Amino acid sequence: MSGFFKSSIGRKVAMALSAFFLMFFLLQHLAINLLSVFSPEKFNEVSHFMGTNSLVQFALQPVLIFGVVFHFVMGFVLELKNSRARNISYAKNNGAANSTWMSRNMIWSGIAILAFIILHFIDFWFPEINTKFIQGDWSGLHNGEFRYFHELQEKFVNPLRVGAYVTAFVFLGLHLAHGFTSAFQSMGATAGRKKTLQTIGKAYSIIVPLGFIIVALYHHLNHNH
Amino acid sequence: MNLTLKIWRQKDSSSKGQMVDYKVTDISEHMSFLEMMDVLNEQLVNSGEEPVAFDHDCREGICGMCSMYINGEAHGPDRGVTTCQLHMRMFKDGDTITIEPFRAAAFPVIKDLVVDRTSFERIQQAGGFISVNTSGNTQDANSIPISKHAADEAMDAATCIGCGACVATCKNSSAMLFVGAKVSQYALLPQGQIEATDRVLNMVAQMDAEGFGNCTNTGACEVECPKGISLDNIARMNRELMKASI
Amino acid sequence: MALDSKVPKGPIKDKWTDYKNHIDLVNPANKRNIDIIVVGTGLAGGSASATLAELGYNVKAFAYQDSPRRAHSIAAQGGINAAKNYQGDGDSFYRLFYDTVKGGDYRSREANVYRLAEVSANIIDQCVAQGVPFARDYGGLLDNRSFGGVLVSRTFYAKGQTGQQLLLGAYSAMNRQIARGKIEMFNRHEMLDVVKIDGKARGIIARNLITGEIERHSAHAVVIASGGYGNVYFLSTNAMGSNATAAWKIHKKGAYFANPCYTQIHPTCIPRSGDYQSKLTLMSESLRNDGRIWVPKKMEDVLAIREGRKKPTDLSEDERDYYLERRYPAFGNLVPRDVASRAAKERCDAGYGVNATGEAVYLDFKSAIERYGKEQAKLHHLTNPSNKEIYDLGKAIVEAKYGNLFQMYEKIIDQNPYETPMMIYPATHYTMGGIWVDYNLMTTVDGLYCIGEANFSDHGANRLGASALMQGLADGYFVLPYTIGDYLSNDIRTGKISTETKEFEEAENEVKERINFFINNKGKYSVDYYHKKLGKIMWDKCGMARNAKGLQEAMVEIKALREDFWKNVTVPGTANEMNPELEKAGRVADFLELGELFAKDALDRNESCGGHFREESVELDGLQKGEAKRNDKDYAYVAAWEYKGEPSEAVLHKEELEFNDIELKQRSYK
Repeated sequence: MSGFFKSSIGRKVAMALSAFFLMFFLLQHLAINLLSVFSPEKFNEVSHFMGTNSLVQFALQPVLIFGVVFHFVMGFVLELKNSRARNISYAKNNGAANSTWMSRNMIWSGIAILAFIILHFIDFWFPEINTKFIQGDWSGLHNGEFRYFHELQEKFVNPLRVGAYVTAFVFLGLHLAHGFTSAFQSMGATAGRKKTLQTIGKAYSIIVPLGFIIVALYHHLNHNH
Repeated sequence: MNLTLKIWRQKDSSSKGQMVDYKVTDISEHMSFLEMMDVLNEQLVNSGEEPVAFDHDCREGICGMCSMYINGEAHGPDRGVTTCQLHMRMFKDGDTITIEPFRAAAFPVIKDLVVDRTSFERIQQAGGFISVNTSGNTQDANSIPISKHAADEAMDAATCIGCGACVATCKNSSAMLFVGAKVSQYALLPQGQIEATDRVLNMVAQMDAEGFGNCTNTGACEVECPKGISLDNIARMNRELMKASI
Repeated sequence: MALDSKVPKGPIKDKWTDYKNHIDLVNPANKRNIDIIVVGTGLAGGSASATLAELGYNVKAFAYQDSPRRAHSIAAQGGINAAKNYQGDGDSFYRLFYDTVKGGDYRSREANVYRLAEVSANIIDQCVAQGVPFARDYGGLLDNRSFGGVLVSRTFYAKGQTGQQLLLGAYSAMNRQIARGKIEMFNRHEMLDVVKIDGKARGIIARNLITGEIERHSAHAVVIASGGYGNVYFLSTNAMGSNATAAWKIHKKGAYFANPCYTQIHPTCIPRSGDYQSKLTLMSESLRNDGRIWVPKKMEDVLAIREGRKKPTDLSEDERDYYLERRYPAFGNLVPRDVASRAAKERCDAGYGVNATGEAVYLDFKSAIERYGKEQAKLHHLTNPSNKEIYDLGKAIVEAKYGNLFQMYEKIIDQNPYETPMMIYPATHYTMGGIWVDYNLMTTVDGLYCIGEANFSDHGANRLGASALMQGLADGYFVLPYTIGDYLSNDIRTGKISTETKEFEEAENEVKERINFFINNKGKYSVDYYHKKLGKIMWDKCGMARNAKGLQEAMVEIKALREDFWKNVTVPGTANEMNPELEKAGRVADFLELGELFAKDALDRNESCGGHFREESVELDGLQKGEAKRNDKDYAYVAAWEYKGEPSEAVLHKEELEFNDIELKQRSYK
């Protein structure tokens, strides 16, 4: 089994497994975000639960971080290895003739997403860690009210930040447009159901990023100031 | 028609190569691409220059020997054909055509457009067979019924001609379509089941050792494959390897 | 030397079994000390290498391509015959034997053909066990098709790529032995001479085609499996690299060359489109099951079509000459290959060829589409179907049967054969002649064997469809591995053969001298210039129809061309590198000798049989007037030629053919 993850196919499978986990996480994240559009109260409740539940904080969160880091590191390692498999590049290469831009540029859409995650961490995660672990404030309250919805809206005031988020979600969409079916293919699960998976993949890669974009724009246009 | 050709020239495996421009005139649209190359070579021989070395043999699209990267695509712009079945009617008068060898670290250039594909041989030797004695004392052919569906699917995988277009066209120089096709052919047949585990482990290990890249599922190989070998074969190989590893 | 075919005594059906029961065997421990060289790794050489290695011999295998999988056996489309009688239609060893001897126009050795029929069934078992994906029916059992005018369904197939699948099967068996270290594979190597020590074949001289290095390889026996010599015509359906060099070199060292004039010209090939043409492409004979062959009746229509003023579809039924149906009402478009080819040539020679080169006839599927369309309309219960509906339904059936061939045609010719008739013309396809071998497949040189298309084979003067694959695998898997043991049993005490002997040195020096000549000659003309000229002489004078005058001229012209070649050929580059022009030069030099022997043999055989048609030997009256006339009284022999310095001086040795189990009859297709 250890030999398996050293093989090229094993690494593909590892990429796919981490991708499945991340794609599932995206759904969950989006669901909570959408709550903020429909019901600030519910959003606050769920956020508080996620932010303070010890199972989420001390079990799921490290796994998620590991998943993200693993997916990125493995992605870079494979990219490096793959580029070494062709020591002289073609003088003329017409990649567009046989594959999509998305499939050929996963590394670039991935880097764009990585950049976004750094921004996102600075915006939300670091302040959260600071509040909870350094200041030791686990109440989730600000001026007697849950602070989550308010913080969220504040972040989307600056149009530059909103622009950056929207751009990043477009890249996320491009990454998913290839990544979704690719993960299934790597797991050997496509034979016979390729068409169905492609349709689901297309829907997922449009709906999920679009959902995030809508949330971002909604708060930008509707913040209370 | 008259054409400008930009062709990779490289004296031998240890020399450095470069692109060289040539002109050919009065090319008929009915010529095959390799016949156009014959015209160029005849021209070069008659002027005392060394002709361009390229691999070719059957010239009917089945031996898998021809291997050019034409205008940025393995076997050129047409679909479902090898270079020898590519015809000049795909090009226009005055075109410039770039011709390069199949490129991959595992396919080193031997000379000009000729590359060494013995890495494929070593992968096949690692397990691309069923260990049956060639004595002819096997059981009767009809004693193993095989469903028509499985036989047809195995046949589709088995039509691979081992040309290496999948590797050449893959941005990662991955050989998974080639290996997947062979693993699939045997995985689909009852005769191949007995050694299925060792076969997939050994072939994949050899593929990795040869320095081929990793598949990222771009699907370019399936599009450029002259025999239309399906990506399903890669998926099946992935499954086979997972099964074998657990 | 008198020819001894070494056919065992006894009734024909017991010969092979008795023979196997009584030959000397080599014990397994001794096999490890015996080396065998196999030159050529197609169906015959590949299967032989695998089996010999399996038995325990040390095999060194040589191929000029980069892999055994590239051999031209791969191009065979239709299928492989085997007397399995799975269809229960009365097939048997005897019937396959009978069909093969009759199809070969009674010019093959009975005992060999019977053995071929006997082992044919094993081939299918073997290949299935190896994972060859033969076509299956819905019950999961093997499917058969009928082929080439025989009365039973005995052809096994894997789509239109049977040769490919069988070759890959043999290749996989080889790979297993290469992995075990029992076969040492020499890819991109070309054999340039055989080395004889004390009259026995003991090694070869080979050139590494990548580095140009000349290498010595020794062995206790040498097997030649290098295929046929169809490329003597320049244009053929053979691969570009297919050559006769190995066969011709052993001929020069003492192996007799048998029946060089027996060549098969296949009727359904894609016609030449211009002088630049490098090779011809075959389309499966099965097309003639549904296609009707014709040319226009009137010369003015021929000219109008050639000039593009008329299209073939403009011609009414009355204006078309379905010449095969006219001449052979009983068999029509399904006459054997040789008859169909000659009839096409006759029409084109008379000026009725329908393309720019004047060498093409139509193969029309219009009637088939209509016929199938009407059938389907009935099945679909359509009342008063429109012409369009009939056409669409019929087209679907034709597409299902021949779709891949139609697609291939369209890729090459750029015309849609569903809408306009295909153009076809005969092309050289297979050579029945080759190195003479005895029942053991040994040539007239001790320890030197020849198998597959390279030997003069079991096909007599004409080969039936789907029999080439059968013979290649029979020789390699099941015949040679037995017979060679009988010879090698005397060699168990010989020990390793040294390459440091004067015989190896002499052979190597000869090879090097010839290469140096080519490199240093700096003549005026390219190798292809000579090859094309030779091809034209062969096609015009030793082609589908031959006569004494033409053959005599051919001998003179080929000799003159050869002399010019050795003065004026030019080969660029150097000897110590990959040099495709140098490789071609050596091969064409050999073709220039073989071609002359070919003409000499054709001249000697003043009868028409199988693929060899002499204009002097035709029926003069009666129903068969103008048809080929065989002469069993004077020519029921194998012509084995001994090399004497010049092809024209070759000495003829006759192996008289005896027919004890089959009655000789004239073929009739009227």
